[in-house]
Amino acid sequence: MIKFENVSKTFKKRPVLDQVSLHIKEQNRIALVGSNGAGKTTLIRCLLGEYNYEGSVEVLGKNPRIDRRDVLKRIGFVPQLPPPLKMPVGELIRFSAGICGSNPAAMEDVATKLGLDIAQIRSQSFVKLSGGQKQKLLIGIALGRECDVLMMDEPAANLDPEARHIFFNLLAERQKNTTMILSSHRLDEVASLVNRVVELDRGKIVLDDYVADQVDMDSILICRVTMNRDEASFANALKEWKFKPGLGELTWEGQVAGPDRLRFLGVISRYAAVVKSFALEPNEKSQEAAQ
Amino acid sequence: MKNLLLTARLDMSESLRSKWFSLYAIIFGGLIVVLFLSGVSDSRVMGFTGLSRLLLIYIQICMALLPVFILLTTVRSVAGDREAGVFEYLLSLPVPLSAWFWGKTFGRFAVVFLPVLGAMVLAAVWGMVKGIEVPWASLGLYVALLISLAWCFLGIGMMISSMARSIDIAQGAAFLVWLLLLMFMDLILLGLMVKASWPPEIVIGISLVNPMQVFRTAALVLFDPALMIMGPAAFVILDNFGTEGFVSFAIVYPAVLGTIAASLGYLIFRRGDLP
Repeated sequence: MIKFENVSKTFKKRPVLDQVSLHIKEQNRIALVGSNGAGKTTLIRCLLGEYNYEGSVEVLGKNPRIDRRDVLKRIGFVPQLPPPLKMPVGELIRFSAGICGSNPAAMEDVATKLGLDIAQIRSQSFVKLSGGQKQKLLIGIALGRECDVLMMDEPAANLDPEARHIFFNLLAERQKNTTMILSSHRLDEVASLVNRVVELDRGKIVLDDYVADQVDMDSILICRVTMNRDEASFANALKEWKFKPGLGELTWEGQVAGPDRLRFLGVISRYAAVVKSFALEPNEKSQEAAQ
Repeated sequence: MKNLLLTARLDMSESLRSKWFSLYAIIFGGLIVVLFLSGVSDSRVMGFTGLSRLLLIYIQICMALLPVFILLTTVRSVAGDREAGVFEYLLSLPVPLSAWFWGKTFGRFAVVFLPVLGAMVLAAVWGMVKGIEVPWASLGLYVALLISLAWCFLGIGMMISSMARSIDIAQGAAFLVWLLLLMFMDLILLGLMVKASWPPEIVIGISLVNPMQVFRTAALVLFDPALMIMGPAAFVILDNFGTEGFVSFAIVYPAVLGTIAASLGYLIFRRGDLP
């Protein structure tokens, strides 16, 4: 579906991509990981036809630089840094839908599912929204249109746990007929969403591996944490995950979206010294619903 | 076509929201009002009176101000979007680069020309209300000349904007272009060149290449068909072109120049890295 063949890109004599070759098949869900400056964004921009490069890039046999419109019609994109657009939200939705030939209501619907009150912010300038609101709107625009490839740069970075869970569900709905490329500098952010990991380092692919994950994208895990002493910072961290105090004095209970569990475990590991007991189990109701 | 119109509409609404447009509209719209209030249309100087005199003054002011306003605001277009980091996202949408570039160009043209056109219409309406004779033919030709001048500098602005990698460089280059063209007018360097007995072919050649000088001469021709104001240079213009020929040249040449400049800008924009 997508082919990079010996793609190289240089900025002021500094190579950013160095002979990168990568073949991406349909239904591949790729985590594109690497440290800052590894070349992830440059690779994405080459795929979007925004950069000149050496080598070749093809999307369904077409060159994104030459056949821009045909290629970009099939790609939904969410950037890492939201653009500083001064236009009102309503105008951005109308423009994007008009260019993509999509229904603006579908875009608004996705953004609303993620918790955005479109009616309230419709006339507000995009640049004045909060980071999370911008992210939700851009995801709404990307997922609210017909596309075969979803390309997202740190897509869930600014989302709250609830919105993240809804976002994962939306991706789960599309995983059978959409190729996904999720870029992140941390693997745990996207590990559960993908079935293949590609790591870039200094413009070269240093890892290309398939992964199998037992946790469904739309699953929910029930979690119970008991502390051995009262620790305010840990309690605050749990509150951010919408956890609530449980039956015991130092017990907290809540739900974690399946694909978020590695990230959640990362948080827990930081407070390992105050964890007395910890349980993370599948929610049977959500499993039954899935079956 | 749909993409072009969507982009033009987007650029227009962005411009209408901006502070530069408010300032621009106030200056060019307010100028007409100030000229009326100052009683220019009621006075007679050098044979010009009524609305003709008012329009003549307005056009001369436009000649000096319109190009620099258009250049300084237009060069922000591509260079500004690139510098702000807007391209990565907006150009990831399936909009053809031609529709994007020309949509922005046409949208910007509508925005920069509307206040000037509005001022001309206001002058005509005011003239009718006050019972002053409206020189419709001259008014129509002035509008055509202004369209051509505006398009010319818009094209040059889009070219500079595509070439420059930052707003500062783009605005510096735009100002330099304007200053250069302003210097090579009959009132400044051309006048000195004539005084210093430069070969007339060079002086006339420069005056015919400079769109601001071409506009100024054509504007004068409309009210002073014998070009008495310009002295001996008038013979060269009238012998080679004739009044109608020169006015036609003054409408066509800047428009062609602007189109060539904008096309070059598009080629540069399309060829390079977008963000």
